[in-house]
Amino acid sequence: MLKRGLIGLLALVVITAGAFWLLSAPQRLDAAALPAEGSGDAARGERLFWAGGCVSCHAPSSAKGDDRLKLTGGDPLVTDFGTFHAPNISPDPKDGIGAWSLADFANAMQRGVDPEGRHLYPAFPYTSYAHMRPGDIADLFAYLKTLPPVGGRAPDNELAFPFNIRRGLGLWKRAFMDGPGPIAALPADASSAVKAGQYLVEGPGHCGQCHTPRTLAGAGGLDLTHWLGGAPNPEGKGRVPNITPGGSEISAWSQSDIVEYLTSGFTPEFDSVGGAMVEVQQNLARLPDEDRTAIAAYLKAIAPVSD
Amino acid sequence: MPASRSRFLVAALAVACSFAPALAQNLDAISARQQLMKDNGRAAKTAAQMIKGDVAYDPAKADEVFATLHETAVKFGDYFPEDSKTGGKTEAAPAIWDKPDAFKAALAKFQSDTEAAMAKKPQDVDAFKQAFGMVAQNCKGCHQDFRVER
Ligand code: HEC
Ligand code: HEC
Ligand code: HEC
Repeated sequence: MLKRGLIGLLALVVITAGAFWLLSAPQRLDAAALPAEGSGDAARGERLFWAGGCVSCHAPSSAKGDDRLKLTGGDPLVTDFGTFHAPNISPDPKDGIGAWSLADFANAMQRGVDPEGRHLYPAFPYTSYAHMRPGDIADLFAYLKTLPPVGGRAPDNELAFPFNIRRGLGLWKRAFMDGPGPIAALPADASSAVKAGQYLVEGPGHCGQCHTPRTLAGAGGLDLTHWLGGAPNPEGKGRVPNITPGGSEISAWSQSDIVEYLTSGFTPEFDSVGGAMVEVQQNLARLPDEDRTAIAAYLKAIAPVSD
Repeated sequence: MPASRSRFLVAALAVACSFAPALAQNLDAISARQQLMKDNGRAAKTAAQMIKGDVAYDPAKADEVFATLHETAVKFGDYFPEDSKTGGKTEAAPAIWDKPDAFKAALAKFQSDTEAAMAKKPQDVDAFKQAFGMVAQNCKGCHQDFRVER
């Protein structure tokens, strides 16, 4: 009796472990659909680099001027699940990503899988970058290769059980990775500016990572029924505001007020941008005017979420 | 019974009295510092209007802008007593009290940058734009670390 029970339990453990292993396996991009190695254009990639805000996490905040382009890893990212350290992504062949192929890079950016097949944590916003066009990933990779290679590794993440088990992220991704295709449903006659803004906001700009609430008390995916509708601050203090046309503050802003905010950091009342948005705004200020106009047009066009 | 009740009343009154002024002082400090920041916002608006050409450039107004900002920079630090961490819709971040040296450094930079801008006495809009740009970096810099949206 006891023996049968034990065998049954053992079988259950083996089956569960097997199912876990299968379901949590890394999913890579279809190699045939990737652009050719070396096909990227670095000049075009610079725009995606600023839209994507890579410096905010991969360079220390104390670095100024050209030192910002030394992507040796950034300030610790302190969250409810533990502390993450964004790694060295400079073109250093040993400590950075200098020895990576375009396919390695694309799989990290769009599937959250590193070259050894390990899952990456979604603190790296690849669920948004997954919406980027393959050609843009190639351009961004070409640009990163023009930056200075710097040695040195960031410290390991400090996470509590069970969040420290990378393999478990496979299950998280199955449940929460965005499907392909755009997030917000736009009217069929949306202007080309609105569509360009959609790509920038939902893809490289990863605005939803901060401005959209998450399911499962912050551990799940983005709650798309409240897309850009405001969320608790992931770093613990205060709130990230609602930026849909239903937001209590932004509803009174014109499209050009939003453009001005993204350009200079001043609101229509001449209050100044603060918190985590400062870095985002300073990155966006480096884009051409048409990109900020497109972002503002999109924010005006999406469905309002009430505050 | 009556004696103990009156003792209780006295105690309750004493507590109420000791709280009331403290609470009032709280809100005073919070509204005073918020008013200083509102003055900052108004000065920044005047500056932006001149830079964009919505209003003709006027060197006297430019001096006024920098003088207002400098005055805020000097006074602002006086309104953060321990008992003003919350209340009155304050957006002051806990970091002001947790990292007092960093907050003092941010105030000192705002003071010296506004002083340098005053000394420049810009005579044309290009010179003004440059001087104001340097001062405006302080707004973001301090709001990044020491202010939270609620
Ligand atoms: C919000 C912060 C954040 C932003 C923004 C960000 N990253 Fe990261 N990135 C991380 C973190 C954290 C990790 C490590 C995740 C882990 O430990 O699993 C990471 C990992 C990576 C990796 C894998 C490196 C390795 O050695 O495995 C690459 C490549 C990468 N990021 C590139 C980029 C690029 C390119 C951008 C800009 C388009 C970017 N990241 C923007 C936080 C960020
Ligand atoms: C790292 C987190 C983060 C990301 C990513 C982010 N934001 Fe923000 N955003 C914030 C925070 C925090 C605020 C509040 C700023 C403050 O306290 O002054 C904010 C404020 C704003 C505001 C002003 C709203 C108001 O009511 O004052 C706009 C507009 C905005 N963000 C647009 C964007 C856009 C567009 C993107 C993507 C390109 C983006 N944000 C990405 C954190 C973020
Ligand atoms: C040394 C730090 C610091 C600097 C520099 C600074 N601010 Fe502030 N600001 C704050 C803090 C802290 C608050 C929140 C105060 C509160 O709510 O208690 C704030 C709040 C504000 C507010 C909202 C006031 C209200 O309650 O309505 C405005 C507007 C503002 N700042 C504008 C500016 C402008 C414009 C500049 C630059 C010219 C600037 N600030 C520079 C720290 C600073």
